[in-house]
Amino acid sequence: MSAEQANHKRIGMEVSFAVAEAVKMLEVEAIAAYPITPQTHIVEELSQMVADGDLDAEYIPVESEHSAMSACLGTSLAGARTYTATSSQGLALMNEVLFVASGLRLPIVMTIVNRSLSAPLSIWGDHSDIMSIRDVGWLQFFAENGQEAFDLTICAFKVAEDKRVLLPTGVNLDGFSVSHVVEPMLIPDPKLVRDFVPSYEPQLRADPADPVMIGPIGIPEIYTEAHMARDVALIQSRKLIDEVFADFEKVFGRRYHALESYRADDAEVIVMAMGGMAETAMGAVDTLRNEGIKAGLVHIRVWRPFPFDDLRAMLKNAELVLVIDRALCAGGPGGPVASEVRSALYPLEKRPQVACQIAGLSGRDVRALHIVQMLKRSMAQAEAGELPEYELHNVREVAQ
Amino acid sequence: MSDYNVYAARLLPRSEFFTPGHRACQGCGPAIVLRQVAKALGRNTIVVNATGCMEIVVSPFPHSAWEIPWVHTLFENTAAVASGIEAGIKVLARRKRHFTDSGKINIIAIGGDGSTADIGMGCLSGALERGHDFIYLCYDNEAYMNTGIQRSSATPMGASTTTSPAGKASKGQFSRKKDLGYIAAAHHIPYVATVTPAHPFDLIDKLRKAAAVEGPAFIHAFAPCPTGWRCGADTTIKLARMAVDTGVFPLYEVVDGKWSLTHEIEDFEPLDEYLFAQGRFRHLKNDAEFVKQLECDVHQQYEEIRARTKAGA
Repeated sequence: MSAEQANHKRIGMEVSFAVAEAVKMLEVEAIAAYPITPQTHIVEELSQMVADGDLDAEYIPVESEHSAMSACLGTSLAGARTYTATSSQGLALMNEVLFVASGLRLPIVMTIVNRSLSAPLSIWGDHSDIMSIRDVGWLQFFAENGQEAFDLTICAFKVAEDKRVLLPTGVNLDGFSVSHVVEPMLIPDPKLVRDFVPSYEPQLRADPADPVMIGPIGIPEIYTEAHMARDVALIQSRKLIDEVFADFEKVFGRRYHALESYRADDAEVIVMAMGGMAETAMGAVDTLRNEGIKAGLVHIRVWRPFPFDDLRAMLKNAELVLVIDRALCAGGPGGPVASEVRSALYPLEKRPQVACQIAGLSGRDVRALHIVQMLKRSMAQAEAGELPEYELHNVREVAQ
Repeated sequence: MSDYNVYAARLLPRSEFFTPGHRACQGCGPAIVLRQVAKALGRNTIVVNATGCMEIVVSPFPHSAWEIPWVHTLFENTAAVASGIEAGIKVLARRKRHFTDSGKINIIAIGGDGSTADIGMGCLSGALERGHDFIYLCYDNEAYMNTGIQRSSATPMGASTTTSPAGKASKGQFSRKKDLGYIAAAHHIPYVATVTPAHPFDLIDKLRKAAAVEGPAFIHAFAPCPTGWRCGADTTIKLARMAVDTGVFPLYEVVDGKWSLTHEIEDFEPLDEYLFAQGRFRHLKNDAEFVKQLECDVHQQYEEIRARTKAGA
């Protein structure tokens, strides 16, 4: 079957529903979730599918996100393919359980509909939530739009459940500006999806027929080795991610990379972004090119494991890199992505300058126009040798 | 006491699924409870253990004190993890992917009083409300013993702990012990019972009932801790028996909402004998009035349960 035949349906669908559709096609066996805006449409749709008998799964309506991830540990320990979704405060409440999921090497897949954190209370999108769990040992993908949210959900299960990886995986999409948008999407034949991701068979499970001890106390003589093993699996998952993306292209015709670029080959100035803002940045790059500025875009699809080598290769000829972050490392280096990029570039002999603008917090609009402004400002600052650690873009003056 | 079958000790299985190589203190009440519980439930059981002393003493890698599958994740999420295991087994069996010939697997979540009455209370309530088919066992040694005798909400009034110490301005623990049996029963689950290691046949009988019901069962096990209670390692069983005979820890069960006392007390033993067999109440020795008040509270609580039993509530 050709890729054209595989994608036999192009239909308009809300992105949240498309994610739920992918979960259904993967015949997920267990879902434990707590409702939180803007994740709700995904879990509502899934619970309806289960209620209608369209998806033969256990849907556990838990009393908190902490229990959502805990119940996911349980279903995954029993050997069931497990899925959940969350956002913002929910992700923060899950925090300690996320470490257990990766420590026990459970291939749970979670959609994180990115949203800002309280206080002040905000339900709108940014990356504050995901950056607070940057280092929990999960794989992290970022989707720019609905098609990617659908496709990456499928890839996430395939990577996570591979015996060479066995790590939980997060698929991130921007709250509202991606999650609640109705998009035309290519929805493939479910059979192809099931063939692409075979059913999950764990290496170990809680089963009286074969008793094992799971999660014993890690004395100092063993804890470091356990974490080393997890880290090696996480770093090496990179190779498998590339393999899965390549296989995905063969079946479905769409190709993804850990790091992707737009008009960046000969670019002197590069804009970097993640998630939905990357699409907006393409427009900004076009505008800048029309003005004669050699601009390009690099965006990160796989945030963990971080694609250090690709980044170095892609940015080595640039003079200036502007990272637009949607989260703030308070009292620290500014943006978490910028911090990572600086760290990646440091070993290069000739390295570009790195500017960091923090924008789009709590869903504040960032248009192509703003990105053009930010880049021009950074270029001027770099020219004058006055590049700050970071700046918050477009902050309104507050009367003192 | 009407069920004489429970006294047939030699009919108990000889198999032990808990004990080899654990590192509990001498006279550890919780360890004795777990040994009896494991005997009652048998081999086809999965244990989900909260963080706490029993988790620590059974699992220093690479050793294990369990002959059956055992899972530990965190302090407060044991009931949720057990929920997940139950749901996972159910769906895999339904889809004929695994567990098809397993028979009924007992899933037991085990937590101390800290993880049950305090930090894991919401998680426990959620699991009971959702009706998962599992047993929750709280072994109650009346304080955070793993971290060094700090008070929990199940510490009895007047007990001196390191975070509710007796002093010139304090009589020790300042609040009434949280009643876990009542809280569990208020979820209208099919089975709730209290047990102690001093009544092993009663314990085994109740655990088997808990395993047999469909839906959640809650077991509240009284479990003296010689280290934390500052009593002799050889007094564990005696103290557990005294707790029942003084009315401090009434043995009862609630089957489908119907309360019954399973060890009825006609004449209460005096409370001070129980209290002063331990070091954690020694500051109350010259405080007869306060001890009297404690005794009144204990009797009042017992009468409340007796009233529920009679009302058939």
